[in-house]
Amino acid sequence: MCETCGCGDSDLVPVEVHEAILSENERGARHNREHFNEARVLAVNLMGSPGSGKTAVLEATARALAGKRRLSAMSGDLATDNDANRLEAAGIPSRSITTGSACHLDAKLVHEGLHDLPWRETDLLFIENVGNLVCPAVYDLGQAVNVVALSVTEGEDKPLKYPVMFRTADLVLLTKVDLLPHLPQIDVAAIEDGLARTMPDPAVIHVSAITGEGIDRWVGWLEEKRVVARSEVAARV
Amino acid sequence: MHEYSIVSALLARVEAEARAHGAEAVHRIRVQIGELSGVEKELLESAYELARERTLCEKAELEVVSVEARWACSSCKSTIPKGAVLRCSVCDLPAQLAEGDEILLERVEMEVPDV
Repeated sequence: MCETCGCGDSDLVPVEVHEAILSENERGARHNREHFNEARVLAVNLMGSPGSGKTAVLEATARALAGKRRLSAMSGDLATDNDANRLEAAGIPSRSITTGSACHLDAKLVHEGLHDLPWRETDLLFIENVGNLVCPAVYDLGQAVNVVALSVTEGEDKPLKYPVMFRTADLVLLTKVDLLPHLPQIDVAAIEDGLARTMPDPAVIHVSAITGEGIDRWVGWLEEKRVVARSEVAARV
Repeated sequence: MHEYSIVSALLARVEAEARAHGAEAVHRIRVQIGELSGVEKELLESAYELARERTLCEKAELEVVSVEARWACSSCKSTIPKGAVLRCSVCDLPAQLAEGDEILLERVEMEVPDV
């Protein structure tokens, strides 16, 4: 007891919490996922370094799926609307999420981005994350699949240097493979070996947005995932 | 760098816990950070130093427990060494991360007035 005013002393009270620090984001991601499932839209979280070719892959995807599948996209961008403008020009209704200094998208930003995008009327929603191989891997957005674009010019040891990003990937798109004849020092087998040591079930498709190589396999992979996701949702209803 | 947003989520969670218990200050926070969580211990600690000012955690020590990554076969559970191909050579199945992706608030010690 305090002798001056008679107030009580403080007790040290320990509380066991054992909760994910990002539980608020996880709740938001679950909410987004419910929306995507209800609308039967496959949400794809597309990640990769700045300049790895994420936007170019989506432009090639729009060309390959024109008239066959309805697409929409949102692009996380630090400061510009350039990516969303490129995707609009490619025929994909798009919205830019300008993150300012934030290095990643989170579930709340994606949810806000959904409000003025006609995503419900589409088959595939691409969420082009901020160009960064670290932070985006930490935040669940509610996506059905994680895809990482890794360009052949980035160096063979990228998977080993950024294991968190590649661990969460369902698919790696090895981009810009049209440049390989000019890159004798790049050993594709070494890149794939790095992926086998960071991805438990490695799936890799070689693509070139310029020549169109591999785009059919990528589009086939998306279609497979879309069918699986739809049948899983149907089984739950 | 996303450690600032992790720290602000942490502070919000701890303050909610402290208010629920009528605490006047937080004494110590313990978190677990996995090697493959994407969070750097040092960056988290320096983000915490800046963010805790003028909060209930102003004087609270942040204890960060690092959790090493451990891969195991999804079937026979045998350990797959770090750096190896992430596939069980016996079962021919993909490995699973048994631990090492934690970003977890484990425990809060708070000062609650004795009434």
